[in-house]
Amino acid sequence: MTVTPTIRVQREDFDLQTEVDRLSKGKSGIGAVVTFSGLCRDEGGILSALELEHYPGMAEAEMTRIGELAIERFGLNGLTAIHRFGEIAAGENIVLVVAAAPHRQAAFDGANFVMDFLKTSAPFWKKEHGKDGRSGEWVSAKDTDDKARDRWK
Amino acid sequence: MTRLVYFAWVRERIGKGEEEIELPSSVVSVADLLNHLKGLGEEYEMVLQYPDVIRVAIDHEHVEHDEPITGAKEIGIFPPMTGG
Repeated sequence: MTVTPTIRVQREDFDLQTEVDRLSKGKSGIGAVVTFSGLCRDEGGILSALELEHYPGMAEAEMTRIGELAIERFGLNGLTAIHRFGEIAAGENIVLVVAAAPHRQAAFDGANFVMDFLKTSAPFWKKEHGKDGRSGEWVSAKDTDDKARDRWK
Repeated sequence: MTRLVYFAWVRERIGKGEEEIELPSSVVSVADLLNHLKGLGEEYEMVLQYPDVIRVAIDHEHVEHDEPITGAKEIGIFPPMTGG
């Protein structure tokens, strides 16, 4: 049985429980489900929102490639990855990864792997909007994110 | 004609999200393309001042700068990604 990842790039919010239920429905071989959700933080009260820009078409394609790699490598029973775009206020969801596997280690590793690759190779960019109403800077890429990805090599 | 699409600060500084351009036959690789674009005006020169930081995708797949661009339908040019 081939497992195909569920990938969505959307403006709307998502619901964790709905996505977990959808992924695990009818799959009694699942023994572990790990969910990761990434939120927009306010950076100590300075940030009001993030503007998420993406490359339509490539974002879905790249997330699918990452998802397929994770399913293959960790033997996942199911994988969902959802990434939002547009303006996202502090406290709101940005990204969701749900990884299901027979045992916990594969589910943890699968979710972790997908996030590390999402951060460095899925075509999304964040721009900060300050509480003072000014549109701020584009967020810089971090070396620590590259290092996090490279440990899976 | 080759379709180029730009994102994030590359798009903002060039001043447009996409364009179709005619490339001379001497432009073979991604590096050649970036070098060619640099000559198109001040805004391009500013964006491509440090070409090493620029990421490129051909038809929705990441490529290195030594990749040939032959047959590319759409070339995406953008800064390092910061999603997730």
